[in-house]
Amino acid sequence: MSNQDINSSLAELQARYLEDVKIIGEEAQSALLALPHRLLDILRFLKTNESYQFNMLRNLTAVDYLEYIEIVYHLYSLPLRQAITVKTRCGMEDSQVPSATVIWPSANFQEREIYDLLGVRFTGHPDLRRILLRDEFDGHPLRKTYNIGNAGERR
Amino acid sequence: MLKTETFTLNMGPQHPSTHGVLQVVLELDGETVVQAIPHMGYLHRGIEKLAESRTYAQFIPYTDRLDYVSSMGNNLGYCQTVEKMVGIKVPERAEYLRIIMTELNRIASHLIFMGSLAIDLGASTGMMFGFRSRERILDLFDMACGARQTYTYIRFGGVSADIPSEFIPALQRFLTDFPAMLDEYHRLLTGNEILYHRLKNTGVISGQRALEIGLTGPALRASGVDYDIRKVEPYGIYDRFDFSVPLGQVGDCWDRYIVRMEEMKQSASIVTQALEQMPEGTVMATVPKVLKPPAGEVYHSIENPRGELGYYIVSDGGVNPYRLHVRRPSFINLQVLNEACQGLLIGDVVAVLATLDSLMGEVDC
Repeated sequence: MSNQDINSSLAELQARYLEDVKIIGEEAQSALLALPHRLLDILRFLKTNESYQFNMLRNLTAVDYLEYIEIVYHLYSLPLRQAITVKTRCGMEDSQVPSATVIWPSANFQEREIYDLLGVRFTGHPDLRRILLRDEFDGHPLRKTYNIGNAGERR
Repeated sequence: MLKTETFTLNMGPQHPSTHGVLQVVLELDGETVVQAIPHMGYLHRGIEKLAESRTYAQFIPYTDRLDYVSSMGNNLGYCQTVEKMVGIKVPERAEYLRIIMTELNRIASHLIFMGSLAIDLGASTGMMFGFRSRERILDLFDMACGARQTYTYIRFGGVSADIPSEFIPALQRFLTDFPAMLDEYHRLLTGNEILYHRLKNTGVISGQRALEIGLTGPALRASGVDYDIRKVEPYGIYDRFDFSVPLGQVGDCWDRYIVRMEEMKQSASIVTQALEQMPEGTVMATVPKVLKPPAGEVYHSIENPRGELGYYIVSDGGVNPYRLHVRRPSFINLQVLNEACQGLLIGDVVAVLATLDSLMGEVDC
């Protein structure tokens, strides 16, 4: 149901991608950490492989950890009723991650939201624009370094 | 020589059928929709950023203001997520009260859907009827917590107060009257030929496409996909109740309407069962005033009237969430608007918008 058996069931995936993916966290909080350049391969594998069939991208978000930004994908397999968390990381300055819209079109708005609020650019996204804030807005408010004082208003 | 070209029409943000401040930029070829691009953000309050400077308990009232016609569900999703992080056990009676309140709220929310769908398509009586019955539910909530819309009734470890003695008789009267009310709506709306022809085969979304584009809730189930979190990953005590998940076949506006009408019936049945099983006892566990969940993260989701409402919380061990993200079903469901509207007549855009039932308070967060 959740991530409990993640270690045993992901052996095949690990064998295939070796260096580019590892399991982080413990028990319910465990997740697959993928390197950005292999991310799409791994997501596609998780979606199409018979033993995983993660056909739903339930949730997509990102967290600013000051040294890096972590993009978090919560996947769900409707046929097998299991969940998995996939993560990838990018730098603070050159924040770029390949877009998952080619695998799950549902990533579209969610990636735009992350771009808007955290400033991560998703390469290959069909329409990467701000979604909640107005186009002229300065900065990305959900970054920890964002100064709330001026609330984004131009002086 | 006759020259034809498309033109652009702004629908909203101040439009009665957009259910809040949604702007849809319509590209029209005569009366036919070529593109319908939603623009949101007019109600964006930065709630996720605010969460980072509030304590865990202080954030509960903010959840009321997301999907403000089903606030009980928002409270429940958030409280269960935090309870999962800290490991709080909720007393039995509180679990039942939570079920009763959230299912009543589902009925209230679907009544609003029904009323606003009716008035959007020109049947203003439907609106009056929907709001009339919803009033009965709001009176019940008022009895339990003193609020009609922003409840903050569900708290960490239980609910804010036990129900007063007049609550159960009033609820029983409502449950007795509800089948007749529902019957009346079916006679008024479901049997209406105009409504049928406006909704049937309008805005069809296939099950496969609905999954890909991230639809959840009644909109997904209307396309025939059996995904109801109360069944696939039962949270709280949902595994104790006997109810069915209504599914549609075609995925058109009509199916989305029928699925919600059937869901109201199922919700009423869950409330009846919960009322029978509910034990006496306390409604609140012993919970510290200021919570400090251990460092880590949790994603937890519940079935809200509009779909999968998920909370992703990252804790660094402090008194404020390090990061809090809300997966809002209304926001993700809106993605389908453009393709569902393409090729329809302009008058049918409101039918698609109404049956997707997105709520802007939640979209903009």
